[in-house]
Amino acid sequence: MIPARTATATKVIRTVVTTALAILVIVVLWEGYKWMGQQTGGNWPGTGIELPVSTDDIIMPHAADIAAELVSDIRDGRSTLPLSVFLLKKAWFTLQEAAIGFFLGSAIGIGLAVLMLRWRVAERGLLPWINVSQTVPLIALAPIIVTWGRNQGMPDIVSISLISTYLTFFPVAVSALRGLQSPDSAHVELMRSYAAPWRTTLFKLRLPAARPYLFPAFKIAATLSVVGAIVGEISIGTKTGLGRAILEFALRYAVWPERLYASVIGAAALGLFVFGMISMAERLVLRRTDEVVA
Amino acid sequence: MSSGGEVPAVVVDGVGMVFNEGTGGEVAALDGIDLTIRAGEFVTLIGPSGCGKSTLLRLIGDLLTPTAGGVSVFDKSAHESRTGQDYGMVFQHAGLFDWRKVKANIELPLELRDWSKTDRNARSAEMLDLVKLDEFGDHYPRQLSGGMQQRVSIARALSFEPRLLLMDEPFGALDEMTREHMQGELLRIWGETGTTVVFVTHSISEAAFLSNRVIVLSPRPGRVHSIIDVDLGERTPDTREDPDFFAAATTIREALRSVGGAE
Repeated sequence: MIPARTATATKVIRTVVTTALAILVIVVLWEGYKWMGQQTGGNWPGTGIELPVSTDDIIMPHAADIAAELVSDIRDGRSTLPLSVFLLKKAWFTLQEAAIGFFLGSAIGIGLAVLMLRWRVAERGLLPWINVSQTVPLIALAPIIVTWGRNQGMPDIVSISLISTYLTFFPVAVSALRGLQSPDSAHVELMRSYAAPWRTTLFKLRLPAARPYLFPAFKIAATLSVVGAIVGEISIGTKTGLGRAILEFALRYAVWPERLYASVIGAAALGLFVFGMISMAERLVLRRTDEVVA
Repeated sequence: MSSGGEVPAVVVDGVGMVFNEGTGGEVAALDGIDLTIRAGEFVTLIGPSGCGKSTLLRLIGDLLTPTAGGVSVFDKSAHESRTGQDYGMVFQHAGLFDWRKVKANIELPLELRDWSKTDRNARSAEMLDLVKLDEFGDHYPRQLSGGMQQRVSIARALSFEPRLLLMDEPFGALDEMTREHMQGELLRIWGETGTTVVFVTHSISEAAFLSNRVIVLSPRPGRVHSIIDVDLGERTPDTREDPDFFAAATTIREALRSVGGAE
């Protein structure tokens, strides 16, 4: 058997290598497509059919230029700092909003699932509305939340977190309900044979059994919480945050496309970061039971 | 309860069970069941599939409520016995909680009774010893074989010294050799604890080997067809090759044939 520590190290190395390879593949495809388009004047080779995405330097700047932009300086208030550090600072702000959205949304999602588990009527009454809630476009909803929040005298960060919450509660509610209903009848009968009250069955059986269902939902919710926070920032017009940066760079896209691409990479990195955090938490919580003696 | 005479462990009195009563899809599972089980007895319920033997076990355990008649356990209603946590239950699948160590699984019913941590630890150690799994207290269920898991499940059911142990085909998912071993273990534990056992099975040899009495049920709706006394004295591995054992098995087999259970 391989010692656990070596196994973990191997896993980390493998992750780093595959990530690097994936980035390399994307860069090669990007540059290859761009090169092809410029050779043919924007057409599919040997045809007169136009390529779906133009390959000029505005639509598709060189990968190297985007990378260079990440280390080049930008003015932030009175100071000057590299774009990557600038994005990191903005991402920190966005991360806080996303974190509030994630935890609040997860709590609401689990709460709704418990309600639906307790009362079948609640399941029948709530589930359609929970589904409908996700068909309302966020772009339409965000200004409503913002206006309402400002009328209530709430700071904007609360409104943004609420927008993020709106996205995160859904996957958690749906998966939590499935997880809470996952124990098989023998487990439920066992608790009944002990005359265990409903609450005890919830805490000793249903919630622990729901954990393997919850973590995949948490991963989706975490990435959605970042999306929600960025969309919230954009529609609310905050002075800071990743959303604000994206909005500003988008306005100057025609002259400086590398910056928008760089900020998109920043947003993706933030999403990956929160995803990774949840994966680590999952491994910590669920690892123990997965060990199998050879 | 201690005053005068012997209180029977289980009295099933004119019990009938109809599922989906009052709807179009009524199913009569049991009809007119009368049964008395003495304290300390090992009784097996056997019958072809669909004869309602598991249903009868669940009625005794108050996991289901009969549509006719009543069940009493040690002079209390089945419902009082369940809410008073008087019996332990073992199912076909061990039904251990994956996220709890073996020890914590055994301690689950004790936790629900608010035992102190020290008492729980002491008892789970005793139970591990009883089912001969002393070294496995800190393992997780998935690390154990099916037979070991089932032993943990028996330890869990016995941890709070229930007066009645209800077992629903507990060895049904085990291979033949493990099964015979587990039967021996169960009889040893039964001898050491003196609990009353009601055991559901569809295996003739299992019924003959384990029980004092075998209740043969006929199907649709389930009725008591016959009650067979089995007296093989103390069971040893050699009992399985004893002519008396074969005779008992033959009697059970013939009863099952006459109720249409081709097993």
